Amino acid sequence: MTEGTFVDNPDHPIVLTDTDIDKAIAKYPFIIVDCWAEWCGPCKMLGPIIESMAKKHQGDIVFAKLDVDGNPQTASKYSIRSIPNLIVFKDGRKVGDIVGAMPENKLLERINTFR
Amino acid sequence: MYDVIIVGSGPAGLTAGIYASRSKLKTLLLTSQVNPSLITTTDLVENYPGFPGGINGFELIERFKEQALSFGLEIAENDVSSIEKIVRDSVESWRVTASEHAYEAFSLIIASGTEYAHLNVPGEERYTGKGVSYCATCDGPFYRDAPVAVVGGGNAAVQEALFLTRFARKVTLIHRRDRLRADKVLQDQATANEKIDFMWNSVVDEVVGDDLVKAVTVSNVNDPQNKQTLEVQGVFIFTGNIPNTGFAKGLMDCDDKGFIKVDSEMRTSAKGIFACGDCTQKLLRQVVTACGDGATAAFAAEQYIQEIKGTSYTSWDAA
Repeated sequence: MTEGTFVDNPDHPIVLTDTDIDKAIAKYPFIIVDCWAEWCGPCKMLGPIIESMAKKHQGDIVFAKLDVDGNPQTASKYSIRSIPNLIVFKDGRKVGDIVGAMPENKLLERINTFR
Repeated sequence: MYDVIIVGSGPAGLTAGIYASRSKLKTLLLTSQVNPSLITTTDLVENYPGFPGGINGFELIERFKEQALSFGLEIAENDVSSIEKIVRDSVESWRVTASEHAYEAFSLIIASGTEYAHLNVPGEERYTGKGVSYCATCDGPFYRDAPVAVVGGGNAAVQEALFLTRFARKVTLIHRRDRLRADKVLQDQATANEKIDFMWNSVVDEVVGDDLVKAVTVSNVNDPQNKQTLEVQGVFIFTGNIPNTGFAKGLMDCDDKGFIKVDSEMRTSAKGIFACGDCTQKLLRQVVTACGDGATAAFAAEQYIQEIKGTSYTSWDAA
């Protein structure tokens, strides 16, 4: 897959960068972007939860990951001051964010409040 | 039915896991999906023996885990919601409910640790993730060339203030007393660091900002009318620890703050339940003491299990 081309219904978190995040937000009506970094312990706890949710909610919610370390523009644009930080985009615009690691059921609850 | 269920995956829980599984006890360790062990967010652990030069907290825990898994420890990621006493083959046992699963064991080892206390001041909750942080290693890199405040005077506060000087332009350490509680070696590093300023006898009254934190208002504990505003983009709070022992209330004796009371063999007031590490009432909460507690708890639990199996006459003897 070349950068910037996204499948319609991914069953795993797609990897985004500063360059292609806007394209992904425009393509998917409901996308959750997990902003993380290698240095962040709680981010690593959230990782497997995001993987699992991407599979379970395929076709309904799109999950993506963005490494803030290599993509400072996105971190700055969305005023990220704390990770893990999940930015929720609906119909092409940011509708909220979820800060901190939490179990899958709690996370789904939070995500559903943005629908 | 497990011989022992360990609650918590920090140094105490994983050491108990190493000892219990190496002793061939049928052991399950429950790890939280929400609250990682605090040591995993610690940049550098300098006083755990065997690692001259120090080791990153996350890496240390990964090593503990690898060692425990090598002895066959079973680990499940579920947050404990409740514990109840049950009777299995006329022996008192325990049922642990965790994220819609139920597990049973003859004995439990509680090693659920602590989390950082909140200041409970206006603005703190609103700006959490927007400038207020409890994890310098997670969020420090977002404050390149920015002024930040660290609240607290213990080891965690000073260690994290030192870490933040790698990124921040200036770190102001706000402490309610006139001197630090942290280890001397950390104190010396902090006072020698040109990027660190101290505000003594001071407490944060409020966190203020627009969408993001812009400042904290600080007052002097000896002269509460003496208030000042400190412009910062980040506020890192390390003012103490509260135990993750909500599920233990009513089951075993705890002190006023919720720390579990244990004897020298890590026995709690509940028969068959042991506790170890930071969640217990103790003098020194460090990785090395947590490990010692964890080993003792696992050994005491093993003796307890042998005792109940030996005096009982049912089928698990042969298993």
